[in-house]
Amino acid sequence: MIKKTVANVREACEGIADGMTFMLGGFGLCGIPENIIAELVRRNIQNVTCISNNAGVDDFGLGLLLKKHQIKKMISSYVGENAEFERQMLSGEMEVELVPQGTLAQRCEAARSGIPAFFTPAGYGTEVAKGKETREFHGKMYVMEKAFEADFSFVKAWKGDEAGNLIFKGTARNFNPAMCGAGKITVAEVEELVPAGELDPNHIHIPGIFIQRIFQGENYEKRIEQRTVRKTN
Amino acid sequence: MALSKEQIAQRIAKEVKDGYYVNLGIGIPTLVANFVRDDISVEFQSENGILGMGPFPFEGEEDPDLINAGKQTITAMPGASFFDSAMSFGMIRGQHVDLTILGAMEVSQNGDIANWKIPGKMVKGMGGAMDLVASAENIIVAMMHTNREGESKLLRQCSLPLTGVKCVKKIVTDLAVLEIIEGKFHLLERAPGISVEEIQKATEGDLIIKGNIPEMVF
Repeated sequence: MIKKTVANVREACEGIADGMTFMLGGFGLCGIPENIIAELVRRNIQNVTCISNNAGVDDFGLGLLLKKHQIKKMISSYVGENAEFERQMLSGEMEVELVPQGTLAQRCEAARSGIPAFFTPAGYGTEVAKGKETREFHGKMYVMEKAFEADFSFVKAWKGDEAGNLIFKGTARNFNPAMCGAGKITVAEVEELVPAGELDPNHIHIPGIFIQRIFQGENYEKRIEQRTVRKTN
Repeated sequence: MALSKEQIAQRIAKEVKDGYYVNLGIGIPTLVANFVRDDISVEFQSENGILGMGPFPFEGEEDPDLINAGKQTITAMPGASFFDSAMSFGMIRGQHVDLTILGAMEVSQNGDIANWKIPGKMVKGMGGAMDLVASAENIIVAMMHTNREGESKLLRQCSLPLTGVKCVKKIVTDLAVLEIIEGKFHLLERAPGISVEEIQKATEGDLIIKGNIPEMVF
């Protein structure tokens, strides 16, 4: 067994520097690497490019980095719920690349899998396709999109073991798996870290080969963005 | 009378057939789930990674690890499954999802759709909409026939940045059900009490009216 455990979030974030590109898992606030985001804020890393489906809310998730003006560029599919984000984007303080959600996931997966580029129908005929190669296959038009390049992938899983194997829970899985192994170094934070052998190999979602560092996170807030309920009869 | 949002959803629900996997967009499309007949088997896909999405949870049973693409807390039905975003959009692009229902700001008569950006005003991003409209065979747009200023949203050509080209086949508005055939809007049904003339007046694009146009049946 090749051991991937590190003691804590500080050790897990060793080597991060100003100007780097990070991938961060999560959909909205669901399945975000909370401990790592807090560490990026604490270290006050500057001029970073973040690849993340969303940009958090004003006071949580990536919104915490935005507030401190640490982000130079965001690459996302949807940035709706964040007033500070909109302000920085419209004022030109921050650069934004909006990417169709499926393309965003595939650009991560491609980076992990050694595929430099691929063709997708998403965005053909729209401003997303501007300046990109297009090609016809079987009578339909497609746009060429390139794999991302990132220095670090930061992901959050439910359970993990010393070997870096990961299991996700519910829809907190989202972008996390596709980002594993897509950056040069992948750091996973998990709610429960167990010794090798405790997780059933049949149930592993992401094998440890894609993970360089794993640690057990603390004090998960798991904030709910839209609390919707139905009435009890 | 023009239809309420609920009635638009109710009319669209009739298009949902037994055995369909359906992706519902945010807004009116989300309401469609409330009107699907309970004697047919349908599974709802939410692109953040669930098939077999159920209703909102009861108070106190909300799970922060279980949300839909609108970031609302949801439940999972028996037979549900979870998967990652890359696989989710594999399902969508690979045309395994039978029906996509989404909202729009504008639709043009050749099937173009605009629903993600108003330059200088609203730039929130396209989310999964571009992947959905570029891939789905069967897309129904749910929207109001005109905007708040009373201007038609069914146009010869979209004025807003496009989400996808030549992809919309069917539109259900508060006034009518329409189909796009060979670059024209074809009127199929009227909302109860709405005249063909009223629909014509509210439609900027070319509208084909053939024979008697029946009222919608719910």
